[in-house]
Amino acid sequence: MTSELRNRLLALGAILVAGGALAWVAFGSIGENLVYYWKPSELLAQGDKAFGATVRLGGVVVPGSLDTSNPASLRFSVADSHTPGDPSVQVVATETPPQMFREGIGVVVEGHFKEDRHFHSNRLMVNHDNNYRAPTDGGSLSDEAWKGSLSQNN
Amino acid sequence: MPYWSPLLLLAVVVAAIVAHLALPSVRPWLWKAVAALGVVSLTAHLYLALEWAPPEQYMSDVGRILYVHVPHVWMCLLAFTVNVGCSIAYLLKKSWRSDALAEASAEVGLYFGACGVLMGSIWAKPTWGVWWDWDPRLISTTVMLLAYAGYLALRSFTDDPERRAAWSAASAILSYISLPIVWFSVKWWNSLHQQQSTPDTVDKPMTVVLRWGAVTFLCFLFVFIVKRYELARARQEGALTFSMPAAVHPEGIENVGMGVVQGGWEYVYAAYGVGLLGVVLYAVSLVVRTKESKT
Repeated sequence: MTSELRNRLLALGAILVAGGALAWVAFGSIGENLVYYWKPSELLAQGDKAFGATVRLGGVVVPGSLDTSNPASLRFSVADSHTPGDPSVQVVATETPPQMFREGIGVVVEGHFKEDRHFHSNRLMVNHDNNYRAPTDGGSLSDEAWKGSLSQNN
Repeated sequence: MPYWSPLLLLAVVVAAIVAHLALPSVRPWLWKAVAALGVVSLTAHLYLALEWAPPEQYMSDVGRILYVHVPHVWMCLLAFTVNVGCSIAYLLKKSWRSDALAEASAEVGLYFGACGVLMGSIWAKPTWGVWWDWDPRLISTTVMLLAYAGYLALRSFTDDPERRAAWSAASAILSYISLPIVWFSVKWWNSLHQQQSTPDTVDKPMTVVLRWGAVTFLCFLFVFIVKRYELARARQEGALTFSMPAAVHPEGIENVGMGVVQGGWEYVYAAYGVGLLGVVLYAVSLVVRTKESKT
């Protein structure tokens, strides 16, 4: 076999294997089997099986649910999304949250769902979305508006 | 700053790249002009990113890491795309130039990718609250960088140039499948890393600075690949003549739920330090290796 023919067969083989592997990842069932976190609805759908195991729960901190009255444990609810009435799970977190933590932000908590229907977490991460806005927000600010907001802050 | 200024800069850099490819006579000096342009636009970028752009409403100044993290990762993906293009080209039509360009773009891409991940990790600490977590985006990016590190290792362990070129080209094609997985990982799976931003989700001045940063690092990508390519060619010629033919709220609970990062400039400086130090160190390593290859 000449080296040119070998190289072309190599190219064909590599592209076929690469394309097959990519299709397997993209369209195969690996998507359902690889889970970084469960949404509240997915956790609740597990029923009794969800109890005890160490899992991650991800969602949005329900506005109005944050309770900081107990300095030893932070309490809040995590819902699937911002839509009111979405399934939600009560979380009891013992870790100091990141500074960006607030009501309405995305979070991922790691811990156990217990029989008291509370998710007990010892690891709390903030999940920032893909929006980047100047401080006064309001969508599209004029240059003058955000420069003004800058000088007020400084 | 007008929104078209990064596009103008991009037009200049693309024109320089096209001229470099098309006109051998400009090759001895044009890369120096692009390097100088890169230094100037990097200086401007530091001002634009650290001072001119507004802070982000929740991430505050820490959000400025966007302007170096994202360009570095973009340059990494661009370099790996050049790598796979050259690898396929080599297999279809044997050319030592394609092989050298594939080697150069893989190494420079790995440099940008490693810096981008480091910056992302520094950014994650004050925003997500952790330096690292094994979410789909971070796993797939790690696998991608390891694949290209393996590609470069394969190249350095194989002595026969023809076998090295053919087999590393095949492994480059296989490594490249990690790119779409990295890109789509945030869409296919639940992840801690946010999905791609668009100009709709980013305020206009921030978009402009992000694009300026991307073109700035494109200058360095080009210069690094050109110099690394020349190094690879010199090595090939040398070789060819021989062988070939959890705590309980210790920080207090009163600030919990404020939702805005307080301070955080140390993280911004750390991330920009990675970028600046990285550019200088990589440039120095190319100079040293070029000198070594000549002796």
